[in-house]
Amino acid sequence: MVARKKECVAMLLAGGQGSRLYALTNNIAKPAVAFGAKYRIIDFPLSNCINSGIDTVGVLTQYEPLELNEYIGNGQPWDLDRAFGGVHILSPYQAKKKSSWFEGTANAIYQNMNFMQKYNPDYVVILSGDHIYKMDYSKMLRAHKETGADCTIAAIEVPMKEASRFGILNTNPDGSIYQFEEKPKEPKSNLASMGIYIFTAQKLFKYLKEDEENQNSSKDFGKDILPTMLNAGEKMFSYRFKGYWKDVGTISSLWESNMDLLGENPAFDVGDSDWKIHSRNPLAPPEYIGDKATVHNSMIALGCEIDGTVEHSVLAAGVIVEEGAVVKDSVIMSDTVIKKGARVVYSIIDENCTIEENALVGQEKKESAGIAVLGRGVKIMKGVSVPGGKILDKDYKGE
Amino acid sequence: MANSAVGVIFSNIHDENIPELSRHRTMASVPFGGRYRLIDFALSNMVNSGIDTVGIVTKYNYQSLIDHLGSGKDWDLARKDGGIILLPPYSDETDAPYTNRLEALKGITGFPNHRNEEYVIISDCDAIVHIDFSAVLRYHEEKKADITMIYHEETEKVDSSYFITLDPDQTGRVRSVKINPAHGGKENLYINVMVMSRKFLLNMIADAMMMGLTSFGRDILTKQVDTLKIYGYKFEGYYAGVNSLQKYYKHSMELLDQDVRKELFGARDIYTKVRDSAPSKYSENAVVKNSLISDGCLIDGTVENSILFRGVKVGKGSVIKNSIVMQDTVIGENVELNCVITDKNVVIRDRRHLSGCEELPYFIAKGRMI
Repeated sequence: MVARKKECVAMLLAGGQGSRLYALTNNIAKPAVAFGAKYRIIDFPLSNCINSGIDTVGVLTQYEPLELNEYIGNGQPWDLDRAFGGVHILSPYQAKKKSSWFEGTANAIYQNMNFMQKYNPDYVVILSGDHIYKMDYSKMLRAHKETGADCTIAAIEVPMKEASRFGILNTNPDGSIYQFEEKPKEPKSNLASMGIYIFTAQKLFKYLKEDEENQNSSKDFGKDILPTMLNAGEKMFSYRFKGYWKDVGTISSLWESNMDLLGENPAFDVGDSDWKIHSRNPLAPPEYIGDKATVHNSMIALGCEIDGTVEHSVLAAGVIVEEGAVVKDSVIMSDTVIKKGARVVYSIIDENCTIEENALVGQEKKESAGIAVLGRGVKIMKGVSVPGGKILDKDYKGE
Repeated sequence: MANSAVGVIFSNIHDENIPELSRHRTMASVPFGGRYRLIDFALSNMVNSGIDTVGIVTKYNYQSLIDHLGSGKDWDLARKDGGIILLPPYSDETDAPYTNRLEALKGITGFPNHRNEEYVIISDCDAIVHIDFSAVLRYHEEKKADITMIYHEETEKVDSSYFITLDPDQTGRVRSVKINPAHGGKENLYINVMVMSRKFLLNMIADAMMMGLTSFGRDILTKQVDTLKIYGYKFEGYYAGVNSLQKYYKHSMELLDQDVRKELFGARDIYTKVRDSAPSKYSENAVVKNSLISDGCLIDGTVENSILFRGVKVGKGSVIKNSIVMQDTVIGENVELNCVITDKNVVIRDRRHLSGCEELPYFIAKGRMI
């Protein structure tokens, strides 16, 4: 048989729980969280891969993988159903000598060395499944080749006051990295790592093996692999990314990122035909906007039936807004029903919720304590009020 | 039980009824309902009834159909055994492409010949209907029928001149079949879907060729109605036969009725080609009332009593009423449309005012710029 290879394979870390999304990730992994009326977070890195010409992707799952596995399926929606390559779910497994859960990001990749080596790649891209962005990884790969780096880290400028939340890269004028600081208290620069790495494959394999044998390592890319490589004098470069990039790991950032889709010149455009975001599409007829409906500054997916008022909101497939109901400044996930006279403001409502008649969820953004969040399938009883900032994962009859 | 049947869909047979829309495409690929093509209804009914092998008979203009169907995966019909099987016309130097349904069936005998399912469901593409074929097959078996024709009883007077009408007795046995009867009244309209056994179909085609028959309707249905066991299966639900541009317009607008939508889309999924469009966006200025909006639209104007297909743009100050706007049409600013049907990729420039009426909607052909 002819030995086949892939120049570049991608490894997508999708095992995170996303505990700061509270009720939204009770039963699903963070990358499976719904976003932008028809997408899930993982659609963005997967679409970026296929649009960048990377057709071999390992998706590493651990926390609540069922729905994510089902969503990815055979990868056909992303054109990743391939005879050689394609998308593969990589779960923790039992081995002859030892078996274990993935212990850290580096250990997760280490445990799937066989998968990568099957394709005999020259380069490996490491991605995470919790960011919303459009990025051409092929340009980054070109830069990686041009600089002759062993590792290239995508980086974006963040506001200086937020820099201490990120892994910060301190670089020379040519873009080479001389220092890597994980969440520094006093950051020297505002160039943040995006958690997107391209490694020359053999170097990656070498350092993963060494790290695995190091008893003191926490087996994490940011904390262990990258500093070790830098100390060993490997060539490490930053790759500047300019564009929209958002970590949607918190309730407020998830809300903001959804709102960034709205407006005439949105901060983030998912309708860009040059860089399509592929997803598993809902099977539903066009949305129906009724006689008494008012819809302004919103994004609405297929299968919705709107008879009430929708303002500055993002509604996923099959949402019903009955007559007299109001949805404002909110993200509503699929098949939720908002009944007559109910009011939902400044909230994120998960799938299959029911807001009964005249119930109130959330408070106006100005006066609110925060975003109200309802987990999957929650029912809010007739006339009940859910205060702003409240997070519910059970049916609610009031205090 | 339904997996004991294969489907045969005629994609071209009623093309001449809507020349405006079928000029560059088959009847099967005529867009309908915001994001569908007519064939999606026939195909989805088959798939939802458990049929996983469907032969699609084509004749001409079938590029758009092939593009729409692809491998069949969007209907779950990309299969190792069966799935969607395109049946283009067969002809050689002695044989011209078919001119009627019998010749078309003769040309595809290889398809039913090589299957082993018991029954064949033969459907055209002009019916907007949600039907469970399992029930029809059960009826066909119970009646031990040779042919079961599905019909819909029209309660109001209809112009049946494009249709075949049936006259079933109390047992369901069809006693007379009329083709394009001139005087319409309360009629049992044949919805152009029938069931027969695969063996019966093959024998019928062989006999017809031997006897030089040319018309399935005139030579077989009407003339052999006494000798063949033809039964009528009464379909009780919503049925729309699309046989003219006026009917196309009327039945499209019926989708704005919630009950019609519930029946067509509520109980089961209608499958169609996936385009990965973004969800539609409504601007601060948007006013949308009583309309169906597909994905990928950008609405900055007013849309009332209308159907917008995928990727339509409506500019600021424009007012679209009682209209059907097909895929990727771009409407500029301060445009007014009333009772207009635009085909795909039409561009309407700023400040144009166009109006038709319900009986005669103003039609703009594919790709035109106005």
